[in-house]
Amino acid sequence: MSIEPVITLNNLRKVYTVPVREGGLRAAARSLIARETRDIVAVNGVSFTVAPGEIVGFLGPNGAGKTTTLKMLAGLLHPSDGSARVLGYEPWQRNHDFLRGITLVMGNRNQLAWDIPALDSFDLNRAVYRVPRAQYMRTRDELIEMLDLSTLVNQPVRNLSLGERMKCEIAASLLHSPSVLFLDEPTLGLDVTMQRRIRAFVRAYSQQYGATVLLTSHYMADVEALCKRVIVIHHGALLFDGDLTALVDRFSSSKTISLQLGEAVPHMDQAAWAAFGERIDDGEDSLIRLRVPKAQCAAITGRLLATLPISDLTVEETPIDQVIEEVFAQPQTDIATQEART
Amino acid sequence: MTALRSLGSLGDYYRVKLKTDLAIEMQYRGAMLIWLIGAVLEPLVFLAVWSAAAAAQGGAIDGLTSHDFAAYFIASLVVNQLTFSWVMWEFEHYIREGELAADLLRPIHPIHQDICENWAHKLLTMTVVIPAVILLSLVFEPAWHFEAWSLLAFLPALLFAFALRFLFDWTLALIAFWTTRTASANQLAQTVFLFFSGRLAPLSLFPPVLVTISFILPFRWMLAFPIELILGQLTPAQALWGMAIQLGWIAAILLLMRFVWRVAIRRFSAVGG
Repeated sequence: MSIEPVITLNNLRKVYTVPVREGGLRAAARSLIARETRDIVAVNGVSFTVAPGEIVGFLGPNGAGKTTTLKMLAGLLHPSDGSARVLGYEPWQRNHDFLRGITLVMGNRNQLAWDIPALDSFDLNRAVYRVPRAQYMRTRDELIEMLDLSTLVNQPVRNLSLGERMKCEIAASLLHSPSVLFLDEPTLGLDVTMQRRIRAFVRAYSQQYGATVLLTSHYMADVEALCKRVIVIHHGALLFDGDLTALVDRFSSSKTISLQLGEAVPHMDQAAWAAFGERIDDGEDSLIRLRVPKAQCAAITGRLLATLPISDLTVEETPIDQVIEEVFAQPQTDIATQEART
Repeated sequence: MTALRSLGSLGDYYRVKLKTDLAIEMQYRGAMLIWLIGAVLEPLVFLAVWSAAAAAQGGAIDGLTSHDFAAYFIASLVVNQLTFSWVMWEFEHYIREGELAADLLRPIHPIHQDICENWAHKLLTMTVVIPAVILLSLVFEPAWHFEAWSLLAFLPALLFAFALRFLFDWTLALIAFWTTRTASANQLAQTVFLFFSGRLAPLSLFPPVLVTISFILPFRWMLAFPIELILGQLTPAQALWGMAIQLGWIAAILLLMRFVWRVAIRRFSAVGG
């Protein structure tokens, strides 16, 4: 018997109707009579399921429909078509039991009151979510411990740094022990150390509580560290759903050869290197990096070793963020926007 | 049983939220003081004008002496302070800045937090309003004619007046879902209120047609009714009738609010949060 998924999307679709108006008085007057609108398809029939306890990376360039999808799953947006179920509920009905089972963390939003210590806001969340007091104390102390908040929660929130505040925000979002976490850019604007801390925390939390996590991030390090599985959407449509390693295999068309020369080779100018592959190093130190087509990698490596005095050579997969960049650079399909006149 | 537990949880929320809001309010003592000066000054101006007018007419207008006016506007100061709200001025910001979206994700209706914020502000401002009332009473020597029963009846009437006015303002605030120009709608409502609630002058001084209209509109029941009650101008029957009308209005506006809220949220979640 297969495990019942926690999140199910079936052909989920969201179309925004936005007014179109050219500049100028004449256009303004015309729009009084016949308002012209345009339909923007933000999410175009996306389907996937997420099993309990999974941490899934949800990727896509800006405007791909990630946040719109998360907002539909958290219950903030009504879809235009299709269906979705989270924890057995239709999210946009915003059943109170559903809301007590999820959380949506957005890197750019504050729910903590500015003028009072985070601890007071935590207590307010306890009352909002009706968490029994003993359970609240336990969860709160655990979160304070896991996120290292003990010195921060007693200060007014306005005195905290961005990273400290974000950690408190995350704790506040989890006091009701939700089993589904929607994390939208949780590490946005944080320094590397803080990013790493939050990453480690998300992993530990998911393990400890068996929580399901759907995570978007612009930092591929977040995704690499946390997500075995990734879902890529682009122009509102599902582009890829599978293992992170499979994504690299499928979309990466090149490998990188790094080499060092044992002695100077004057005749190797830019044009001469181009015969082997594309130079992607900055040319400042002795390390030379070449991007070569995956299929010809072995042959080119052979030629390099045969013709040049090479002291060191390594072949690497293309870094994940570069792969993602290539994926995102794919052209827009023609179905993504449709114009309509109403 | 579940309903009782639910009520208990809501009570717990109100307790914690009030405590939190009081703590926040205390951080803004300066702003509160400025706000309060305005709240005291407005009825003071009306009082000065009407007292002067009464003096010019030989001591009384329609039988109301300057001491009666003093009682009226001091009572008006207290009742207005306890029943006013500001939600309709903040709602637009509340929707556009994404705070509403955050609140929609919480398993509690957002009106509860507005009520708590309102009460926290009032609890705190009372510490200044009460001394102000005492001071004004010493200066203007108001003439009070209330009896024990009307003082007692004043409390539920005041509570109903608050509920009615708050629900009215909250429903009015929902206009912000449809237009970004809520200020003009608020201004209009404010002006009608000023006139028909008895804030500007005792309604008994108005021409009969306007008095009749004031009985039909909800505004009298938000302010003038509790004032008249504490001034001892009403009979027990009138007091009971008044409270029944208040409750009728509360029920009607509550229904309207729930309907408009549902439509507004559907619209909000269609166009994006």
